[in-house]
Amino acid sequence: MNIIITIALTALVVLYTGLFKAKKALLPITLLGLLVALGFTICSWDQPTVHFGMMQIDNFALAFASISIIGTFFIFLLTQRYFAENSQNIAEYFTLILFALCGIIIMVSYKNLSMLFVGIEIMSVCLYILAGIRKLNFASNEASLKYFLMGAFSTGFLLFGIALIYGATGSFDIDVIQTNLVNNVTNVSPLFYPGIILIMVGLCFKVGAAPFHFWTPDVYEGAPSLITAFMSTVVKTAGFAAFLRLFAGAFEPLHDFWMPALMVIVIITLCLGNITALYQKNFKRMLAYSSISHAGYLLFSLIVLTAHSASNVLVYAAAYTFASIVAFAVLINVKQKTGSDDIESFNGLAKRNPLAALALTIAMLSLAGIPLTAGFIGKYVMFLNVMENYQVILVVIAILNALVGFYYYFRVIIAVYFKEGKEVELDTPVQYKVVLVISTIVILVLGIYPALILNLI
Amino acid sequence: MELLILIFLPLVGAIATALFTKRNTAKVAALVFSIFSLAVAIGLLCKFTPDASTQFVVNFPWIEQLGINFHAGIDGISMITVLLTNVLTPLIILASFKHEYKNANAFYALVLFMQTGLLLVFTALDAFLFYIGWEAALIPIYFICATWGGKDRIKVNMKFFVYTIAGSLFMLLGIIYLFLQNPANNFELAEFYKLELDATQQGWIFWAFFIAFAIKMPIFPFHTWQPDTYTTAPTPGTMLLSGIMLKMGIYGVIRWLLPVVPQGVQDWTHIVIVLAIIGVVYAAIIAFMQKDAKRLVAYSSVSHVGLIAAGIFTLSHQGLQGSMIQMLSHGINVIGLFFVLDIINSRLATNKVDELGGLAKVAPQLAITFLIILLGTVALPGTNGFIGEFLLLMSVYSYNAWLGAVAGLTIIFGAVYMFRSYQKIMLGETNALTAGFKDINGTEKVVLYTICALIIVIGVYPKPLMQISDASVQHLLQQINHKLTGIN
Repeated sequence: MNIIITIALTALVVLYTGLFKAKKALLPITLLGLLVALGFTICSWDQPTVHFGMMQIDNFALAFASISIIGTFFIFLLTQRYFAENSQNIAEYFTLILFALCGIIIMVSYKNLSMLFVGIEIMSVCLYILAGIRKLNFASNEASLKYFLMGAFSTGFLLFGIALIYGATGSFDIDVIQTNLVNNVTNVSPLFYPGIILIMVGLCFKVGAAPFHFWTPDVYEGAPSLITAFMSTVVKTAGFAAFLRLFAGAFEPLHDFWMPALMVIVIITLCLGNITALYQKNFKRMLAYSSISHAGYLLFSLIVLTAHSASNVLVYAAAYTFASIVAFAVLINVKQKTGSDDIESFNGLAKRNPLAALALTIAMLSLAGIPLTAGFIGKYVMFLNVMENYQVILVVIAILNALVGFYYYFRVIIAVYFKEGKEVELDTPVQYKVVLVISTIVILVLGIYPALILNLI
Repeated sequence: MELLILIFLPLVGAIATALFTKRNTAKVAALVFSIFSLAVAIGLLCKFTPDASTQFVVNFPWIEQLGINFHAGIDGISMITVLLTNVLTPLIILASFKHEYKNANAFYALVLFMQTGLLLVFTALDAFLFYIGWEAALIPIYFICATWGGKDRIKVNMKFFVYTIAGSLFMLLGIIYLFLQNPANNFELAEFYKLELDATQQGWIFWAFFIAFAIKMPIFPFHTWQPDTYTTAPTPGTMLLSGIMLKMGIYGVIRWLLPVVPQGVQDWTHIVIVLAIIGVVYAAIIAFMQKDAKRLVAYSSVSHVGLIAAGIFTLSHQGLQGSMIQMLSHGINVIGLFFVLDIINSRLATNKVDELGGLAKVAPQLAITFLIILLGTVALPGTNGFIGEFLLLMSVYSYNAWLGAVAGLTIIFGAVYMFRSYQKIMLGETNALTAGFKDINGTEKVVLYTICALIIVIGVYPKPLMQISDASVQHLLQQINHKLTGIN
């Protein structure tokens, strides 16, 4: 609870600070607030509490909350030089991101389906505004509108599903729902089936799994890069945590029913995300499609439910978050200099800025899943999980997709190292360097010694 | 402990080398580290007792939650490949001294990094560790070839990379499968040996592993990446690929395929040997047609490796022993050949056989060393190639006389095209291009003389080398036979 209060308070303080035009104080206050929130998160480790029967702060919630807070922290570090050129209303930016983070914390720790809905809405409303915050930019407006319409639509599905589940059990509490299912295994209320499918559709929208992914590329491309970074890392991780809490928890007794549907979604997501990413010329769009394919790998954890499912998602999400943050950091840096976010604008980056080039390369290797990076461990535990249940065909499909993935991630590396580019010096602000170096180290450490976070939850 | 030093010394060297931004310091640092590694390897060799046991074992938990241990050790089979790696790496680094590579520190750091990966592969006793080493060797060589290579390097290396990683991902699938079958819940090689899988399972595992190894070696028809990659790579890259890296595939077969799924091997062995022999013939014919000497050597390498593969799959003592010694000899000879071609190419900017001629007159030392290397390659008695090739041919012959005859004739055919190209490059009259050719000097002499010395010493007295691996090979065959008779 302290976590949410801290973040919400920080958001308010930032808003007031903005009112008094104290622009320089914004970032330190935000970062301080996030650090305090992170401190609370770590202090509550291994002390599960339930608040008002609505939120369950257990290790699962804390672990995902930590990743979200750290991710947001890094994204705030990247704001240096970014917002000054884009907007007068920096305080609003900061506040909205922080409020979105509040929603995310609720999403990862809900115990009651109404809280799931509240969390998703708090987060989504902030994101609708953030995506369109460049008022005069056509793409940004388009992104915002598209995101809003699609998001509202998916929320409708979600809500309808929740209503049906309520109809079946008379409760929003996920533990009650689970008990209800366990007690009536032979005689499950028929309302459950459409309810589960509708909730699944709603959540698939949020995490950008095919065939509910259509908003992702346009929104990712149109939104300001920093917001895209936030959406594709922190928001996505939260979406999966919410997914997992419900489907690996409350709906676990009906696994046989929803697993085939999810399996189809996973296969479509993997193939579609990867194959489309192959044809992208724009780096941001490529990341958008690759994020779709990563959603596919993440959903592996739900195909076969084991004691390690949650932990596997955590490992994968951590690997994915840090690598994506590096990719976006370099992207923002390059775009400020060249004005373009095509893959071609990365040509010759190795000469212009060796540090950024190396960090980007390691991030790409991690996203592709090369050993000794965190991304490999993430994929490995996912494959292992599914193989345990002899879903060999699924793993073979995943492997073929991973191969396609190598191809397009390496296109970036090829552009960075082997193509001749315009000789524009690329200077990186100090804060960017900090983000790049720390994220890269995290990727390598998790890749070489993943025992640190494996089976944490 | 010694083993950890052996494996990680090159890695330390890589990091140190990367810090030297001056080109010449980086070169020297890399050379010094690789020579230290060689010294460590020789130290281990002196302490090594040539029996079937695994020595210098290090074993500690690495990722406990997943049952992964850092378990490595050296037996006779590993010893040969470790020696190969650590003898060739300093030679390869020294051979690159005349080249002025841009960002030399990165170049040499990658070479040393790759050495660590290779040593991991050759010493790992844990399947996961083996896989990590397998990939850790691939990434640096990709960057070496794609950064410092020649024309079309990006496209060619992408093909190489996707090809090899496709193979290794399926191997990973096989490893995960074995892990899940393993009641001990770990990746220990010894536990994998004990698994009792039925014939169908063994067949699947066989193919999952075999494709990875076949791509690496490469065996026909998985070889299509190889000639282009060899040709476009910078010479040290070609040497690393052909001299050491392809031995990863051979070693993998011996260590991870034969004893783990002997039934699968036995069921498919006939097809594999036929494929390997087809490769021997096919590559020899293509080599015969080549105008470019580098491509010729590349194809002849496919041909020779095909014979090694065929020998291994006969599951006979001669075949395995022959492959052990031939791995070493082929490594030495092939880097010698590539180095000679590199010397010619760096002076005359061509490797086209028809454009050269008469080099023996202007460069007698090059001519004589080239000749010795060539004799080693065509397996003249008294050179290092002879004993291995002889054992391999014998094993194939006793497996099937017809296949043996085809393979034997091809080897003779190999001698023909090798000598033909030697004749065209070295003999005859000099032309306008070759008249001003300067003979070898400095580091070139050191490298070529060392290689020639190795060729002759191993050729005349191969017994100590044979003894290193003999007991381990014997033990391996016993294990395989024991398992086969146990199932039947």
